[in-house]
Amino acid sequence: MPKIKAPVRTPHIDMTPMVDLFSVLLIFLLLTASFRPSEVKPIEAPTSVSEKQAPDNDIMTILISKDSLIFFNIDNGKDTSTHFRSKLLQKMGEQYKITFTPAELNRFGKMAAFGMPIKDVKSWINASESKDRDLLQIGVPTDSTDNQLAWWVRLARLTNPGAEVALKADAETPYMTVKKVMDLLQENKVNKFNLVTNLMKEEVTLKDLPPKQ
Amino acid sequence: MAELIVEEKGKKGGKRRPKKHSTRIDMTPMVDLMCLLITFFMLTTAFSKPKVMVITMPEKDKKEDPKNAPKISAERTLNILLTGNDVVYYYMGMADPKKPPLPTLVKTDFSKDGIRKILLIKNRDLFTRIAEYRDQRITGKLVVADTTADNEIKKMKKEDKKGPIVLIKADSKAKYKDIVNIIDEMAICNIASYAIVDLSPVELEMIKNAPK
Repeated sequence: MPKIKAPVRTPHIDMTPMVDLFSVLLIFLLLTASFRPSEVKPIEAPTSVSEKQAPDNDIMTILISKDSLIFFNIDNGKDTSTHFRSKLLQKMGEQYKITFTPAELNRFGKMAAFGMPIKDVKSWINASESKDRDLLQIGVPTDSTDNQLAWWVRLARLTNPGAEVALKADAETPYMTVKKVMDLLQENKVNKFNLVTNLMKEEVTLKDLPPKQ
Repeated sequence: MAELIVEEKGKKGGKRRPKKHSTRIDMTPMVDLMCLLITFFMLTTAFSKPKVMVITMPEKDKKEDPKNAPKISAERTLNILLTGNDVVYYYMGMADPKKPPLPTLVKTDFSKDGIRKILLIKNRDLFTRIAEYRDQRITGKLVVADTTADNEIKKMKKEDKKGPIVLIKADSKAKYKDIVNIIDEMAICNIASYAIVDLSPVELEMIKNAPK
C-alpha cells in the first residue's frame, strides 16, 4: 500500500496578530510617555536617598542653574481644561500692564519652563525658532526693586492654590542663591519644599554603628 | 493582510505567463524593531520620574515670644557648619561670646567616617531602636503596613529625648549640594530634630580661625 505522503510545507508562522499587538502597544507607549521636558539649561540635581516620587501635576517648579539663573515652570493641573498656565500669564499681564492675545495665552499654556523678564515673555511666545527662544532665557529677575519671581509665585499660588513647590537646583549652585529663593517662598507662605534629587541608594545598618567606647 | 495580490494583466497572445505567486512581506525585521522600541519606552518611562526630598521650614513671619521660644539644651546641640569644598565643621553646645571659652571647631567631611560617624554616635539610642524595628519588619517577625511603620518611626523620633538637636548652618561659600548632603545624612542617621539656621557673627569668626 502506498503511503499517503503529507505535502511538505514550510512552517510559516503568521505574524500578523503579533505585529498588530505590538503596534497597539507601541502607539500607546508613545502617546502616554511623558518625555523629559526640554530644559533650558542642563541642571544636574544632587543625589539623596529619598525615594519619594515627585507629584505628576499641580506642581510649580523653580529651577536654578549652576550660574544662579532662575527659571519658573508650572503645569496645567490634572484636568487640562483648567488652563492654569494661561490664567497665570493673564494675571501676570494685568500686574505688569501687558496684554496678551488669546492665541498667545493658549500657546503659552503648552510651553515649558521659562526664565525672562515679563516684558520679553511676549517675544518668547512668538519666537519662531528655538534658537531665538533660548536666547531670551536669561532668568527671572529677582532684584529687590522689581522682584518678578515673587509675583510669579504669588499669582501662581492664587491661580492654583493646591500647587506644591518643587525646587530643582544644580548641585553646584551657591547655597546663597537657593536660600534667597527659599526666603522669597517663605515670604509667600510656602513652607514646604520638594527638593528635586536623584536617587542614590545608601544604607546604614546596625553593623555600621561605631562601637561604644 | 500583508499579502499583495498582483493582478495579472492580459498580455498579448498570452505567450508568456509569469508564475503567479503571492508576494509575502517578511515582517521579521519590523517585529524586531518594534520589540526594541517597546522595551526602550517601557524602561525610560518607568525611570525618568524624578525623586524629591521634602523639607518643611518653620514659619517665618510668626512673631516668636522669646519666652516661648523652643528651649534647646546646650549639651544636646550639635552645630554643623558648612563652608563648601567638602569641609564640615562641627561643635557641641553653644558659642556665646559672653561665656568664654568658645567651643573649638572640629573639622571633618562628608565621607562615611566623617560627619556620619559623629551623627551615629550621638544618635545611637534612637538609631538603634529604629534600625531594630526595621530589621524586624524585614525578617518578617513583625508584619505591619508601610504607613503604620512610618507612623511608628515618626512616633519614636518625636518621643526621643536623648538624640542630638542638629543646627545646620551654611556660609556664603557653601554649595547647594552641601545642604542636600547634610539633610540626607539626617535622613540616613534618623536624626529626630534638625533645623537650617543662619550663622552667627561669632561662628563666622570661629570658621576664620578654624584649622585649615
